[in-house]
Amino acid sequence: MSIVQRMAPDTPLLQVDGLTKRYGARIGCADVSFDLWPGEVLGIVGESGSGKSTLLSCLAGHQPTDAGRIRFDGRDVLAMSETERRRLARTDWAYVHQNPRDGLRMGVSAGGNVGERLMAVGARNYGDIRGKALDWLGRVEIAADRIDDRPRAFSGGMQQRLQIARNLVTGPRLVFMDEPTGGLDVSVQARLLDLLRGLVRDLGLSVIIVTHDLAVVRLLADRLMVMKSGRVVEQGLTDQVLDDPQHAYTQLLVSSVLQV
Amino acid sequence: MTDQAYNFAYLDEQTKRMIRRALLKALAVPGYQVPFASREMPMPYGWGTGGVQVTAACLTPEDVLKVIDQGADDTTNAVSIRKFFQRTAGVAVTEATGEATIIQTRHRIPEQPLKAGQILVYQVPIPEPLRFLEPRETETRKMHELEEYGLMHVKLYEDIARHGQIATSYAYPVKVEGRYVMDPSPIPKFDNPKLSVNPAIQLFGAGREQRIYALPPFCNVVSLDFDDHPFRATKAAHDCDLCGAKDSYLDEVITDDAGGRMYVCSDTDFCAGRQAAGHAGRLAAGGKA
Amino acid sequence: MIRIENLSKGFTLYNQGGAVIQVMAGACLTVNPGECVGLVGQSGAGKSTLMRMVYGNYLAAGGSILVGELEVTRAEPRQIIALRRQTLGYVSQFLRVVPRVPTLEVVAEPLLQLGLQVPEARARAADLLARLNIPERLWSLSPTTFSGGEQQRVNIARGFAHPYPALLLDEPTASLDATNRAVVLALIEEAKARGAAILGIFHDEGARAQVCDRLVDVTAFTLGAAA
Repeated sequence: MSIVQRMAPDTPLLQVDGLTKRYGARIGCADVSFDLWPGEVLGIVGESGSGKSTLLSCLAGHQPTDAGRIRFDGRDVLAMSETERRRLARTDWAYVHQNPRDGLRMGVSAGGNVGERLMAVGARNYGDIRGKALDWLGRVEIAADRIDDRPRAFSGGMQQRLQIARNLVTGPRLVFMDEPTGGLDVSVQARLLDLLRGLVRDLGLSVIIVTHDLAVVRLLADRLMVMKSGRVVEQGLTDQVLDDPQHAYTQLLVSSVLQV
Repeated sequence: MTDQAYNFAYLDEQTKRMIRRALLKALAVPGYQVPFASREMPMPYGWGTGGVQVTAACLTPEDVLKVIDQGADDTTNAVSIRKFFQRTAGVAVTEATGEATIIQTRHRIPEQPLKAGQILVYQVPIPEPLRFLEPRETETRKMHELEEYGLMHVKLYEDIARHGQIATSYAYPVKVEGRYVMDPSPIPKFDNPKLSVNPAIQLFGAGREQRIYALPPFCNVVSLDFDDHPFRATKAAHDCDLCGAKDSYLDEVITDDAGGRMYVCSDTDFCAGRQAAGHAGRLAAGGKA
Repeated sequence: MIRIENLSKGFTLYNQGGAVIQVMAGACLTVNPGECVGLVGQSGAGKSTLMRMVYGNYLAAGGSILVGELEVTRAEPRQIIALRRQTLGYVSQFLRVVPRVPTLEVVAEPLLQLGLQVPEARARAADLLARLNIPERLWSLSPTTFSGGEQQRVNIARGFAHPYPALLLDEPTASLDATNRAVVLALIEEAKARGAAILGIFHDEGARAQVCDRLVDVTAFTLGAAA
């Protein structure tokens, strides 16, 4: 179908090739390679210690890598100066932490939290900054009259939504998420998942989401990567990997989920 | 007059050389916080140990020293530091801004414009302007290195969100020569414009925090603000009740239990000079002060 | 539109001693535009497996599946995602949605994925829900709380929201009353009339007789494997 070709852009947004991270003799993650295309959501699953969080933090530049290559939009990320990389981290990239306390400034108002990235890239008009903050609070379903409250006064779900607003306000193209629904009540999780799906769709975001919750990736991720002992054991279309797993470990993982 | 038990200006020569090296580096990189090996001084932290060490490193026997605390020459802190250098360095002292070659100050810049050749030494409690929002020293150093100063505006944003205007009224952050964001020490923001393009050398010493920074003469200092909430150097909307000055920074003094109050220049030398020249304020004749 | 040649499939069950189950071999069939082909064969014969392979949900062991111009068995995940968005619709027996999302949104979502504006997508979703007799007062509720028949109709509405050139239907009329069954059959007829290629599983013989142009017995592919 010609329409299929038209939908699929020609170049990946992120190209990862042979990424390896060791902690002394131990392997953090080894020889991880994948391409991420614009608008795609990639889920990374695996049990605790499988290397999925290590991989995410290496990708996001939070820790150095031992080998491999990361290209973002054609640029070699690992060869960038720290200034460039940190600039990337507050413009084109975003990182949503599992614990909103790690991703928010708890002593700063909700509006200030959302506005920080704008100010970091040079916004100097208070009225504009506040207007954008209000718009984003609305998008993540936080009432406008909470704009001057500190996140301390928010529920866990609200804090997580605030963290998302704070991250997306500068229109990033690539979002890293580390267990974004972990630690939330299931009812709150559902709302957050729906919100994330809508944002991904409307903004055309590319997302790498690390989780151990297979239900989350089934609803959110287009593609799935299964990790074990620091290595990728299987990757493919999310529903295909979950419904027709090819690797012994993936079969175990899928069959271990409790049915409700 | 000098107490011979001590080296000139109390500190030994090696220490003074170490501090001078830090001062030279600070002058070469305006607004950058240079670490230095701060010494124990015979006074508590918070009483100006950083400023005293910088002053000691700059003093020569020919210098004329002035020491002010909140603009006044006659408060405890100012008097004790002045006496300290009289005793350990035997230098001449003055209260007249124009006669001093070195002025050590806590929380003010004198009203009378400084001139080339003068040195203004500030006592600094917290040198790191970013600490209010980012407590990690490793991170704030990285932010200075990479010029990531968005956080500074978050502080001002919070001010406006909470108070309707930038309520920070002292230690108002500035950007030096378009590069480093700097805490000008807790001077009122009224004094911020005097930091910029000043003919005098301005040195900042933080004893407890072991940091020295500086503004060389005539360097550019800009107070941070928003386009729609520009920086304003504010003061109390009064004239001095003693000398009638309209454009000097004022202290509010409560005069009785019935809510009576008066406003007087915080710069005592400036006020006295005006009164001697015949200027008079609302309460000058009454002598209520 | 859909062309399957010499398709085979097996499952390796690593957690049960590495047992290999060969479920299909030598499967061949073609569905032309405007045609509805029904898969028949007893339960467990591999009808659903075949459909899932066409949808890219199961990997093929060998052979070829062409949907439009895309070779599904060798396609990249993103090509399959694009295929599912644009070309190939699937009405499964089970509704799988994010909890607490309103029914209207669930049905409109495939259209939003295609970049339609919200009002237009919602209007089309509303038309279909009305046609399938889902009361309007339920549209703002999540379908997870609905009865089996209602969920099935929501699923159908979602599958028919976009005029896919190819459609996979897994028991679309099961658990429906006569009125709604007729609506679904009419939807299928309309899809055929606009040129959609449809591959379906219908246990309901009346429905099968009404909409299917040809039947393919998958038992033949299974027997081929056993031989």
